[in-house]
This record gives sequence, C-alpha cells and structure tokens, in this order.
Amino acid sequence: MSTLEIKDLHVSVATDDGAKEILKGVDLTVRAGETHAIMGPNGSGKSTLAYAVAGHPKYEITSGSVALDGEDVLEMTVDERARAGLFLAMQYPVEVPGVSTANFLRSAATAVRGEAPKLRTWVKEVKEAMSDLDIDPAFAERNVNEGFSGGEKKRHEVLQLALLKPKIAVLDETDSGLDVDALRVVSEGVNRFRASGDVGVLLITHYTRILQHITPDVVHVFAGGRIVESGGPELAHELEKSGYVRFTGAAV
Amino acid sequence: MTEVAGLAPELEGAKKGQGESPIASASERFTSYDVEAFEVPGGREENWRFTPLRRLRGLHDGTAAFDGTATIAVSEAASGVRVETVATDDPRIGQGGVPADRVAAAAWSASKDATVVTLDGAPEPVTITVTGPGEGATAAGHLQLRTAPHAAATVVVEYRGSGALADNVEVVLGDGSRLTLVVTTEWADDAVHVGAQHISVGRDATLRATAVALGGDLVRISPTVNYRGPGGDAELAGLGFADAGQHLEQRLLVDHSVPNCTSNVLYKNALQSAKGATAHTVWIGDVLIRAAAENTQTFELNRNLVLTEHARADSVPNLEIETGEIAGAGHASATGRFDDEQLFYLQSRGIPEDVARRLVVRGFFGEILSRITLPELRERLEAAIEAELAVTGA
Ligand SMILES: Nc1ncnc2c1ncn2[C@@H]1O[C@H](COP(=O)(O)OP(=O)(O)O)[C@@H](O)[C@H]1O
Ligand SMILES: [Mg+2]
Repeated sequence: MSTLEIKDLHVSVATDDGAKEILKGVDLTVRAGETHAIMGPNGSGKSTLAYAVAGHPKYEITSGSVALDGEDVLEMTVDERARAGLFLAMQYPVEVPGVSTANFLRSAATAVRGEAPKLRTWVKEVKEAMSDLDIDPAFAERNVNEGFSGGEKKRHEVLQLALLKPKIAVLDETDSGLDVDALRVVSEGVNRFRASGDVGVLLITHYTRILQHITPDVVHVFAGGRIVESGGPELAHELEKSGYVRFTGAAV
Repeated sequence: MTEVAGLAPELEGAKKGQGESPIASASERFTSYDVEAFEVPGGREENWRFTPLRRLRGLHDGTAAFDGTATIAVSEAASGVRVETVATDDPRIGQGGVPADRVAAAAWSASKDATVVTLDGAPEPVTITVTGPGEGATAAGHLQLRTAPHAAATVVVEYRGSGALADNVEVVLGDGSRLTLVVTTEWADDAVHVGAQHISVGRDATLRATAVALGGDLVRISPTVNYRGPGGDAELAGLGFADAGQHLEQRLLVDHSVPNCTSNVLYKNALQSAKGATAHTVWIGDVLIRAAAENTQTFELNRNLVLTEHARADSVPNLEIETGEIAGAGHASATGRFDDEQLFYLQSRGIPEDVARRLVVRGFFGEILSRITLPELRERLEAAIEAELAVTGA
C-alpha cells in the first residue's frame, strides 16, 4: 500500500522580476487504490504541482514536504523519484532527437525494474501495450516524441505508464487535445493501470469530460496555487454546470 | 533544433591570390607543392580563421623543426596488398591531389619518402597505424592508398600517440574499384594533427569513408574529393567527440568537375566542455559543381549536438553550382542542444543522468557508427566514445 503525502507545499519559479510563488500551501494525500482528480482553471498551478513532485529543476520548493511511503521525495533526484515509484505523464511531453522510442522504453524499464527485461518477453510486452493503446508499431523506431501529434504524445505517455507500472501516477492534462476516440483509448489505458494493482492516481484536468471515463474517488478544486475545496464526484458535476466562478470570483 | 546555415567564401591566403580580398570561389582555390608559395597564415584567412594557430606547434609558419618521425605500420600484408616505401618523386605521388594550404605543402616538402599501399582484387581488411613522433616532437608524413581497377578493399587508418603531425594522405581509386575507408584519430591529449586527404575517384569507382575524431588537442583534417571520370560515387561520413579544451576541425571540399558523379557528406559532432576549457568543433562543407559536371547528385549534412555549456560548434555548408543540369543538390546544417528539458524527461522515467547522456549520444552517432562494418572496430569505437562521455570534467 503506497501513499503519496504532500504537506503545505510552497513552490516558486525564478522570473525576470525575481522569484514568484505559485504554489501557496498544497495539502494532499493520495493512497494506493484511490483516484484523485484535481480540477482548476488555467494558470492555477496544477502543472507546477506535478513538476514539483517529479523534481523539475525549474521549480523551487520553498517550504513543505512530499513523502512517498514515508520517504522524503524532495531529497531524491528526478530519476530516484521515478525508481521509487512515481510517474508523471506530462502535459507537454518532450521531444528527444536521436533516441528511438524502442531504445528509450527499454532503458526506462531497465532503470525502473533494476534489471534489463528479458528481450523475448519484452518485445511481446511492448507490442501488446502499444496495440492496447492503438499505437502503430512503427512508432517504436521513431525518435521519442519527435514529430508526434498531440494525441500521439499523450498515448505515448500512457504507454510508459503501462510499461513502467509506478505506484503513484500523476497525469497532467493527459486528456487535453484528444478527440473522442483517443480520449476513450487513453482512459481505458488509465483504467487498466488502476485495475492492475494497488496504485494511486492523481488526475489533473481542466475539463470534466475525462471523468465520465475515469471515475474519481475524490475531486479537488485547485485555484490560486492551492486546493480550495475537496469533495466527491458530485463536485465535478457542479464544476461542469457552473464553472470555476465560485472558486475564483471570475468566469473561466 | 535550431537551423544554422551560412556561406563561406572560399578559401586561401595564397600569394597567387594576393591582396586583401579573399578568393571568391572554391573553383579558384590555390594549390601548390611548394610551401613557400603559400603565405604564412595570420589567422584571418578564410581557411584558417577558425583554427587556433598558437596551438599549431609551428606547423603553419615554418618554425616546426620536423625533428621526429611518425611511424606508419601496415597490418600483416594479406595477398592483394602491396606495401612500398618510395621517394616522393615517385611518379605516383601527387596523383591524389595537390596541397591547398601551407601546412599540407610543408608536410609534402618535409617528407622524404612516402608509404604506398596498393590494393588489388578483394583483399582482407587492412589496418594501417600511424603513430605520432612523441610528446614535444614534430613530424611530417605521407601515405598513399591505391586501389587497382575493380578491386574491392577495406582499409582502416588509425592515428595514435603523441606529438605534432602534419601529413598528406592520398587516396587514389582505380576505375570501377570500391574502397571502404575508416580513419580514426585516437590521439593522446597533447597531440596536434593537421592532415590533408587528397581523394581521387576513378570512373565508376565507389568510396565509402568514415572518419572518427576522438583524441588530440587540435585535430584538423581537410579531405578534398576529385573525380577523374563519370560514375564516381563518394560518401564521406564522420563523427567527432570534442571534450574540454579540444579543437576538432573538418574541412571538406567535394569538387565535381565531371558528369554523372555522386557525393554524400554526413558529419556529426558532439561537444562536451568543462568550465574554462571550451570544446570546439568546426565543420566546413564545400561542394562545387562545375559547369562540366552535369547530372551531379550531391547532398551534405552536418549535425552538432551540444551536451554542455561552454562549447562552440561552427558549421559552414557551402554549395556552389555552375551548371543548371544537375540531378540533385542540397545541404543542411543544424546544431541542437541536449537541454535540461530532455534530461528531465529521461530522468523522470527512472533513467540516471549518465545513462541519459549515453542514450542521447549513442542515438546521435548511431547513424555514423553503423556504417563501420568491422564489428570489433565498431565496438571499440563505441566503447571509446562512452569513455569520453564518462569524463565529464569539472
Ligand atoms: N517557468 C515559469 N516561469 C514563470 N512563470 C511560470 C513558470 N511556470 C509556471 N509559471 C506560472 O505559474 C502559473 C501556474 O502555471 P501552471 O502550473 O502551468 O498552471 P496550470 O497547469 O494550472 O495551467 C502561471 O501563472 C504560469 O504563468
Ligand atoms: Mg498545466
């Protein structure tokens, strides 16, 4: 049973006018078996939360703590966090020229599993995972994310989720930019992951439509760099009807 | 990747072209066997402006004593391989080409004899090891590789050791022959090497050349390709890994003067600096298609991968076309940075930083290394590149 515990997290980024505080005290606990949705307007700091947990060097933690099963995540390097069982599906996956997807996936699996997967079973495993997500096998030979469409990049993120089998996955707007079919495929991928074991999911989204495919246990409303309200799935329905006005004081 | 492109007016600071203005075209490039026919470069000349002359150990200005010897050793001669040491007035010497800069001419003048390796039939691969004169010494060298008509051969030339070397390598491909050539510069850290390669491609002959530049303090190699008859096909691939303080320079000229020939140039450099010790690569790719060279097909490409700060990659592709009747011609150049976002992405999948760098560099060079068909050599070079990567400096 894994637990990700975020306590009073304050995060700043460096700007031309000095440090700017973006997260202003986030408290959140995600346990294995739970799916939490974080919903909030653009610019409220959702991606900042995701990046800060993953350890992106641009984001400075000024106070607070993040722990995975009691271990201090903030003391870990980015790759150590991943090997400890954290995964971030990025809102904007990065292109890595010169590195084939096949090579990348194998290197990542080798790192996370602590040993190189057996070639025979690995090839089969990748093939199946790709086919589950309607990814053309030819993508294996293409450079990581290079020239992928928005939707292809998102599927590729979920493919990694399936292969790397983290304990806690943070999915940052994995639904944005997807058409109806792609949204279904991606949601099924996430649901397969949820069903695969004792795992926790933190689903960051701007829209409610993905929640029709992936039912959250808890919905948090995020505004101004913190969680302003938490509730059950019914909170998402309210957001769908009334938007974020009640939480931000302005129509979004 | 940011696209960088620029045009280089070619070349020379030769006496013949005196005056302030550089000669405008590669087609007017001055050549001579006589070192005194070239002015001592001052550093502003188009063909010297990227090279740190102070580090040249006097190879360029007449102060190099040529007090040492570079040894040229040929792996046990298989059948179909003839190795000779000849005087430089041997009628074959010079068939590859004529020096086009002062260092090449100086090396030519200073070399009393030359090693000529002639390949006939389909011999086993030949390895030629050129060992520098040792730390503090300077040497000149002359090597000629010849393929007999319709021969098919593989030659590896490996440069090793210490000291300063100016040399000329002639590669004369007989009609209808095929040569696979790998040249590696795996010098010790102190070494300075200024090399000219004069490549003459016979009718219907094929050259598959791969250059691998790893070691040395300053290594500047200038291959020039000429075609003697139609149907010639030259592919020049290369990679360089410049680490802290290293200067690696590749200056290519492909001179299309006869019809129906093909050239393909693909060079990739990676740079990894440390603070206060810049890694510098220079790639100059000149392709000249003369009026007579109808139906030429040519493409040249340079890619640079900057792995750290304090690194500088210069890239100057230059395509001059004097005929309208070409089959195809193009060039491209791009310098990309392995940036923090890419590193973050790979690390966020559990991949440690050193493995991430290796992954990126291996992927980047794969296209070049895969052309080396000798598995042991390829594996050794792969390992050498990974060893360079491991030295991340301060
Ligand atoms: N690197 C950065 N430099 C400056 N401002 C940033 C940086 N990253 C994020 N921000 C700002 O922080 C706020 C939150 O951004 P983000 O976390 O991306 O929000 P969301 O994901 O909720 O849309 C925005 O106002 C954004 O402009
Ligand atoms: Mg965002």
